[in-house]
Amino acid sequence: MDYATILQILDSTVRLGTPLLLACLAGLFSERAGIFDIGLEGKMLMAGFAAAAIAAVSGSVWIGVAAGLCASLALALLHGLASITFRGNQLISGVAINFLASGLTVLIGQKWFALGGRTPSLEGAARFAPIELPFAEVLLPVPVAGPLYRELISGHSVLVYVAFAAVPAAWWVLYRSRFGLRLRAVGENPAAVDTAGISVVRMRYAAVAICGLLCGLAGAYLATGLSAGFVKEMTAGRGYIALAALIFAKWRPWYALGATMLFGLLEAIANRYQNIDLGAVVLPVQFMQALPYILTVVILAGFVGRAIPPRAGGEPYVKER
Amino acid sequence: MAQRLQTERQATAAPAIELRGISKAFGPVQANRDISIRVEKGTIHGIIGENGAGKSTLMSILYGFYKADRGEILIDGRATQIPDSQAAIRAGIGMVFQHFKLVQNFTVLENVILGAEDGALLTPSLAKARKVLGELAEEYELDVDPDAMIEELSVGHQQRVEILKALYRHADILILDEPTGVLTPAEADHLFRILKNLKEQGKTIILITHKLREIMEITDTVSVMRRGEMTATVMTADTNPEQLAELMVGRKVLLNVPKGPAHPGQTVLEIDNLRVTDEDGVERLKGISLKIHAGEILGIAGVAGNGQSELLAVLGGIARGTGSVRLNGKELDLTGNHSDGQSRRANSIAHVPEDRQHLGMIMDFTAWENVAFGYHHDPAYQKNGLLMDNDAILADTAGKMERFDVRPPIPTLAAKSFSGGNQQKIILAREIERNPDLLLVGQPTRGVDIGAIEFIHKRIVELRDAGKAVLLVSVELDEIMSLSDRIAVMFDGRIMGERLPEKTDERELGLLMAGVSGAAA
Repeated sequence: MDYATILQILDSTVRLGTPLLLACLAGLFSERAGIFDIGLEGKMLMAGFAAAAIAAVSGSVWIGVAAGLCASLALALLHGLASITFRGNQLISGVAINFLASGLTVLIGQKWFALGGRTPSLEGAARFAPIELPFAEVLLPVPVAGPLYRELISGHSVLVYVAFAAVPAAWWVLYRSRFGLRLRAVGENPAAVDTAGISVVRMRYAAVAICGLLCGLAGAYLATGLSAGFVKEMTAGRGYIALAALIFAKWRPWYALGATMLFGLLEAIANRYQNIDLGAVVLPVQFMQALPYILTVVILAGFVGRAIPPRAGGEPYVKER
Repeated sequence: MAQRLQTERQATAAPAIELRGISKAFGPVQANRDISIRVEKGTIHGIIGENGAGKSTLMSILYGFYKADRGEILIDGRATQIPDSQAAIRAGIGMVFQHFKLVQNFTVLENVILGAEDGALLTPSLAKARKVLGELAEEYELDVDPDAMIEELSVGHQQRVEILKALYRHADILILDEPTGVLTPAEADHLFRILKNLKEQGKTIILITHKLREIMEITDTVSVMRRGEMTATVMTADTNPEQLAELMVGRKVLLNVPKGPAHPGQTVLEIDNLRVTDEDGVERLKGISLKIHAGEILGIAGVAGNGQSELLAVLGGIARGTGSVRLNGKELDLTGNHSDGQSRRANSIAHVPEDRQHLGMIMDFTAWENVAFGYHHDPAYQKNGLLMDNDAILADTAGKMERFDVRPPIPTLAAKSFSGGNQQKIILAREIERNPDLLLVGQPTRGVDIGAIEFIHKRIVELRDAGKAVLLVSVELDEIMSLSDRIAVMFDGRIMGERLPEKTDERELGLLMAGVSGAAA
């Protein structure tokens, strides 16, 4: 395997890992505040559809992204309404959102575009173009670093850079800001937050809204950056993989980066190599494609160390007497 | 002279808190009825009353959790609205709840600044809190490592963090709800020193408790609540525990059940080198050896979590252990098929578990169903060898409820509808009326009102006088001292020593409970 191949695989790792990273950070904000969210999948799907559809109609990817953010935010607030205001079961609410998104995207897509649930292919300004960072071509002759800069670091869509910038930003917000302290506290012991005179409901809605926006970005990137349009069920379980990565990452931003890139790497390898010949056995492509999902199962079954979720996670807060 | 001057000054200054005509109803239940109270500045004011007397409701109104239906709150003589906790904090009120409101995996500093940050960034807030905490620690004997995680701290230290939280928010009035319930005697003493210190610095303290001894020891003034009303406010120096108990319950109460000397007979239970290891592989009982005789109450004193629960569990057939336990000379099965609760009952061991609501009853089931539990194989409860004879159980339950003064005496009422004391009476009736050779009883009066405590204690002493053996586990030293014929102190899964109640005192027991062995042996 030569250097160029490695760079290509890493390049596609970054692109495939980006929607996972955004979704994982989305889940991180929500769950750190005590709201379990298995509706990441549905929110991404809805955002992807809204972004692609509106971009196709308006011809502007930015309007598309805005639409995706709105769609995802709406579902997030719905989840908030069910689980914060009405103190419903967070898992059921999340499942309902996934079903809703799965059905609604195809239904509306078919009605609008009559392409069997697809949106028209996006072209030109309706799609995110790669951003060439300055000096990418100039520095190319520099050994090692030059190709690394051009192939791996430069040439992604803007949302990829946003996702990577979101990691330190999330860390800073969670651990260095008042908002983050309160957000983490509300997921651990909401009664402590309540008696300190802070509204638990408001904190949790804020967290759910951030989750909605990040999921919106993830979905929009999927439909307008990674692909050129929306396809039925295009999230393909990425919301659940992001959840597994979140557990793997022990609900921490930097770990989330590592976990999602690991999943991205597995996907990238599966895409690049059809069959992997190990000499004695040949790994079929199906096995490679199944790897991210197998890893998900392994993580969720708790084989990879013990992860302690936020203590108040999944429990509606009821003021005690 | 100085004393009188101080009293005169207090009389002229506006009280720290004055409540006027506070009423609060939850549906048909009048939790607080026309309550008026003055809490003078710089005093420790006790509020005492039975469960459900309305103490917590009153304090919740003061802390902004509830809005009073009627009435006025005056802080420092000014009428003040307290719609939420934030307003209470602004008014200078700090609250230390019975169940601490701390974030377990935050540091002390983070807990202290939560909700009282100085700006959107944490670093300056943390630096300031570190400095302030150092000053407070020096001023009030409130030493806590600011960088320690809460989950690593002892309960006593966690409580100090709660007090620090209130002081950091510039609380002048500190409300403590049942603060000593979870503390060792030594920790409680330290807390009282802190409170006295705070008082000297001019803070006002409201202490909610049901422990008469604490009221007598530390308060200046005490208010008694009964059934939502404030029945009396007296100077502590002018009253005594008997009078306070009477004011609380509304009738004369015996604080110490009179009991004659024990007449121990033959050995009923002989425990030798008993060991129990829990699911995590931690050894909880590290070789216990004990003897209990017929006609004797053996009290096990100790801070909760030192192996008492495991001792009850293994004797009651809920947990497994190794070693030897003989009942009336017969070896009990500790690991095999006959180590379950059913076999223990067959061996004439009755068990009143510590955790009444989880192990003693099913709260959603009725009283008569709960009476049948564990004894449902009794032929008297069976019909045709196949069906339960519900009528017989109902009749039996009605009789038990009458004999044990359960109120209301309605067998078809759900267990959760009874007060803690009446739930405990139902369980005691179920177990004691089986006339067991050995009664295991854990925390018999936890969450039980003072009137019911008297009744429960009487029944336990009666069982002893009938020549039965009783193993009593309690974290209440008063209870251990007044009921036991012999006291064994447990610490860290071991017996630290045995004492006779008339030849020891709380200080010595407290040291043993803290693991200091050979204390004044």
